[in-house]
Order: sequence, then C-alpha cells, then structure tokens
Amino acid sequence: MQRWRKAHADTDDSQPIALGSEAPHGTVIDAVNDAAQNAGAKAGQKLTDARAICPALIVESSDPAGDADWLVQLGCWAQCWSPWTAVDGADGLLLDSTGASHLFDGETAMLADMQSRFGDLGLTSRIAIAPTIGGAWALAHYGDRNRIIADSDTLDAALAPLPVESLRIDSDDALLLRRLGLKTVGALAAIPVSSLARRFRKTGNGGVNPLRRLEQALGRVEEIVAPLAPQTRYRAAVRVAEPALHVPIVEPILSDLADRLCRQLEHGQRGLRRVRFEAFRVDGHIAALTAETAAPVRKPDHICRLFAERLETLDAGCGFDAFALTAIGHEAMPAHQNGLEENKPEGLSLSHLIDRLSVRIGAQNVCRPIAVASHVPERSVAWRPGLDEDPSVPAEPPQRERPIRLFDRPEPIAVIYATPEGPPKRFRWRRKLHDVVKVEGPERIAPEWWRERSTVRLRDYYKIEDEDGRRFWIYRNGVIDDGRGGPPEWFLHGLFA
Amino acid sequence: MILSTVDTLCQYPVASSTASPNPTEGFARTAATLQEIFPAGGDASGIGLALSQVDTQSPGPILWVQEARAIGDMGRPFMHGLPTALDTHPIHVVARNAKDALWAMEEGLKCPSLAAVIGETYGDPRALDFTATRRLAVAAERHGVPAFLVRIGGHADLSGARRRWRVASRPSRPHPHDPGAPGAPAWSLDLFRARYMRPGQWNAVYDAAAHRLDLVSSPRDAAVEEGARRYG
Repeated sequence: MQRWRKAHADTDDSQPIALGSEAPHGTVIDAVNDAAQNAGAKAGQKLTDARAICPALIVESSDPAGDADWLVQLGCWAQCWSPWTAVDGADGLLLDSTGASHLFDGETAMLADMQSRFGDLGLTSRIAIAPTIGGAWALAHYGDRNRIIADSDTLDAALAPLPVESLRIDSDDALLLRRLGLKTVGALAAIPVSSLARRFRKTGNGGVNPLRRLEQALGRVEEIVAPLAPQTRYRAAVRVAEPALHVPIVEPILSDLADRLCRQLEHGQRGLRRVRFEAFRVDGHIAALTAETAAPVRKPDHICRLFAERLETLDAGCGFDAFALTAIGHEAMPAHQNGLEENKPEGLSLSHLIDRLSVRIGAQNVCRPIAVASHVPERSVAWRPGLDEDPSVPAEPPQRERPIRLFDRPEPIAVIYATPEGPPKRFRWRRKLHDVVKVEGPERIAPEWWRERSTVRLRDYYKIEDEDGRRFWIYRNGVIDDGRGGPPEWFLHGLFA
Repeated sequence: MILSTVDTLCQYPVASSTASPNPTEGFARTAATLQEIFPAGGDASGIGLALSQVDTQSPGPILWVQEARAIGDMGRPFMHGLPTALDTHPIHVVARNAKDALWAMEEGLKCPSLAAVIGETYGDPRALDFTATRRLAVAAERHGVPAFLVRIGGHADLSGARRRWRVASRPSRPHPHDPGAPGAPAWSLDLFRARYMRPGQWNAVYDAAAHRLDLVSSPRDAAVEEGARRYG
C-alpha cells in the first residue's frame, strides 16, 4: 500500500483506497489505506463486502510480483546495517545484527536509525531485536513497537504473553492450539514437549511444526539467516555486424566467447559443469547447444571442442547475428599453478576425454561398470554413465572364476547328445557343432526370490571346453521335475579367454 | 619357460622359424603402438591376448570401445572375469558404427592417463582402411598409449598396424586339482606381420593370477597331443 502511495503522490489521503486482486470468487482486497481502514474495510475481505460497508471505496489493482521485487531490493539496501540480510515472507526483512550494532552506537541507536531511514522512504516499520529469529519475528509482528531483548531469560518473559500465532505457524495449527486451550506462547512453553509431540508429529520436523518453532523462538534450536547474496551469472555475449551462416565463421566467435567466459570464471574461481551456447537468428529464433563436463573446467579450447563437433547441427536459416555462451552450472574451482617445468606432456586428461566421448557418442553409451551385490551374473554388474564420479566398489566380487565376456542375453544351444545328469557331450551353437572335452561344474545359482517371480528357475553353470580349446560358460535353466515348466533348456551365457 | 610379454616371447620362436631375431632391434619402443588381432570365430582368445599385453604398472583405466555389432556377436566385457591384476573398471564405449568406434579410439589415444585402448570392430567395415589404422598407430606412438584393435570376423587386408596377430584357442593346460576340468587358457599365436621384430608362431599359456604369458612347447607327436587333449 505504501509503495503504491509513493508512486501516486498526488492522491488525496482522505479518500478510502484499497488494492485488490482477482481471486476465484471475485476480487479480494490485499491492502487498504488509513481512511478505508477507519471506514471498516480490511485486508483479506471480499470487495463486495467492503463496498457494502464503505460505498466510497476506490479500488486499484495490486502488484504482488512488483512488491516481492521491491522487497528484495529493500533487503539488499538493508545491508547498510548488516551484511546478513534476508527476505522473510511477503512483507518482512531479517537482519543478523550480530557484531554490527556497535558500529551504530549500540542496539537502541541502530533501531532508531532504522526507524528513521524507513520513515524517510515513506514506510512504517515495526522493528524488534531479539537473540533468536523466531523471537524477533514474534515481537515485531505481535509485540510492542521497537522492543530490544538482550538475553534469552528476558526473551522467555517477553514472548510469554504473545498469542500462539506469533510462532510462525499456519492457521490450522494455531486453531488446533487454541482449541487445546493454549492461547499464548507462555502456555505452550509450560507444557512438556513430549506430551504434545504425538499430536504434531504429522507435520514433521520441517518448518511449521509449532513445537519446533517454539524451540527456535526460545533459542533451544539453532536457526540461521540465509543471506541475500548477489547471484553471479557467468555469460559472454557478442553481436556480429553481418549475419553468420557458415561454421568457419562461427568457430572463431565461439573461441572468443569461451575465452571471455573463462576469464570471468577465473575471476570468480569457478569451473564449468554445464554450458550452453546460444545462437540468435535474425528472424527471432534461438538455436542452442548444451554440453556437460565430468569435472569443473576453465579451459577455452576444451569448451570449444565440446561444441565444435555439433556446430553443423545448428540451423542457421537466414543467419545468426548474436551469440552467447552461458555457464548454466558451475562449481568452485580454485586456481592452481601448473608444473614448473615448461614442456608439459600434451594430451587430454581423463575427464576431458569422457566429456568429448559423451558429446559425440552419447552419454548413455559411455559407461563404467560397477559391482553390485548380486550373485546372478547379469545383475552383478551395473553400468553407470561415465560422467558420474569414480566408481567405488561396495560389493565383493564372486568367489568362482567368471568368463571374460558375457552376452547381453543368453543364447540358446541345441543339445545333440545329452547325458542324464551334467552337461551335454555335444551341442550346437550358432550352426556349429561342439564336442565337450573338459567340464568344470556345476555351479548352482539360485534365482533371487525376493526380486523375481516364482516361476524363475535355478541355473546350473558349467565351464566347458570343446575339442578346439574354446571355453564356454553354459547353463541349464532349471532341473527336471522342479515344477516350473517343461524339460530344462540349455543356454550359452559367456566366453572364457 | 616363463615370459612376461610378447616382446620377450619374440626372442624364443618355435623351432619352425629357424632364424633367431636380433633382440636389440627396438623392442623397447614398440610397446605402445597399434596391434591388430584377428581372433578365430566365436573365440575370446583375441580379447585375452589384448588384455594380457596391458601393463599392470601403467595407472588409469582401460578405454574399451565396441562397435554395436561386436557386442551382438561376442558380448560385453564382464567385469568379474577381467584379470584382477588390471583395473577392472574400464570406460566402456558403445559406438554405432566403425567410424565412431575408430574416432573414439583415436580420442582415447590422445589421453596419456589411460592404461590401454582396446577397440572391437566387426567384419571389414569401409571406414577401417589403411589411413585409419595408420592414424591410430601414429597417435598411439606419439602419446605412449598401447592400442589393440580386435577384428572380429575380419580379414587381414592392408593395414598400418605395427603388429598383426592371428589368435586361436588351444586345449587348455591341465587343471591342477581336477584332471577333467579346463585349466589355464592356452592360445596359439601367429604374428604374421610385424615391425621391428620377426614374425613367428608360438603357443602360449596365460597365467591370470600372475598376469603373464608363458611359452609352451607344442608336442611334436600328434598322438601325444591327442592323448594330452583327451586325458588332460
């Protein structure tokens, strides 16, 4: 309301004015001026109700997004008192004044200073200083104006007469507490926490649990101000005089942009993880390429190489007249000195190699195997994309010898000459006959019943060698009369060296 | 007779090739180069030979590039079956075609922190010509990364590879505890073209625990060989 008043300086303050916004059931009033308040209108009311009370009410549309922007701006401006400032809700600012008050001759003087500075801006303010965020919030919203509480003993006493709504809880919880007869903070604090914990367990320990809010307000649980830090954006952009249509023209522009971006990143001690190259077309389209890196990067030529393969895929249309290179994701990357010797061996580092392979082949096709705790062979290895961190080995490897190659799906083999128990003497695989000469096994691998259906059969694995010395890993799927299907079939699952 | 690498193996050719090679002839520098391996059909011996030549001393993972059709024919490398002496977490790349596979191999060869680059192609793709193999060989030698190109179902036409092998499985060594079971893998190696060394044929046994190739003399007598095969 006061922001609107500042923007419309020539308004007559004696007229009742309200700011409203459209809601599902008609216009709702967001804010009113003093004249309207005296006439009976109040925030949260429906416009029709307010009109009934005060027919002369003038309604203007409110601007919540603008209010929020302005509050953020105000929060940054409040950094003149303390570097730790944050926006609180839709209408509050939070300052961590620890160690800052002595610069303004004590807390009382600082509070008076704030009051007058906000007054100069045309704003009325309610300010409170307390040892905890919750305490200060409660005193500012529900307490007397401009209270200063120095230590936690007086804080308990100051909070006790305030209503339970001052604990930053939602209206449902406040209603519930009122129904329980706990109308003030003091009444709630007098009850042992354990007797109420069950009732408010549903809301969890997140933000709005009243018991947690109480502990925060009384300083039994730590709470910190998340400060409004200016977000640095790393971006380099360039416009060209003549629309670029061909890759050879775009390449030097890209390398120039990469150079500038890397200088920015170096200044901020950051390294790229995700980067986007945008080319703005003359006719209003944007062609964009995105690349990810396995580790923080700050090398212009590496960034260029990530895109160089794909520049041809950009649809130039009538030509590009502007280009931008933006760091979408970045991480801290401290500067470090290269080796003292001058001639470093040329070549790619491992993470750069993985980046380049992922860009051209596709990230899902560049993988590293990871051992998984499972005794079923095809499940004992998981393939993780190469961009992930270095694999650790949580599962222990199998005790028995395993083949060097494993087929994605086991290949059926036709048994020509079977033995009643044990492996076949002769079988056909890929239209070729193999006579089994040597056999090792069986190794019985049971299905994982906690994961698979009950019809999955156990497997008896054999390592066999044929007459030419080829070594195979075959298995029989099931045993005779196990009640899970017909006669067991044979499969070839892997190859030994 | 115990031998650790093929470089030393080459000093002991099978009696069939009578001339003895000159052992000082640039053996040291040939380690990091392109070797082409032609395995017999349906045979993992070629993969085994490539892995047996990877040096355990070199840090870093193996880059393993497979053409999609090679996976269909020979499956994927199985982590738990790889020699434990090596880093068993290779970077595995599935390439759509031979062109992408060769590109990925060449990129990998520019990265000195890899232990080796192993590539698998299927058949005789058009992209795999003399120029492509020579590029790989030069990149491998410049950056000191050994490269192995396993040509599944391929034919030995013109190539820039420094060593070219034909590998086939042989009946394995007797198992130390079970005479009826397959033992340590044995291969017959045929180095049919090589630079800096004399081509020859050998029979080798791979000892996975110690990660080394041992030379075995082939039995002269066919009947003895037959007996050895049948009765372990």
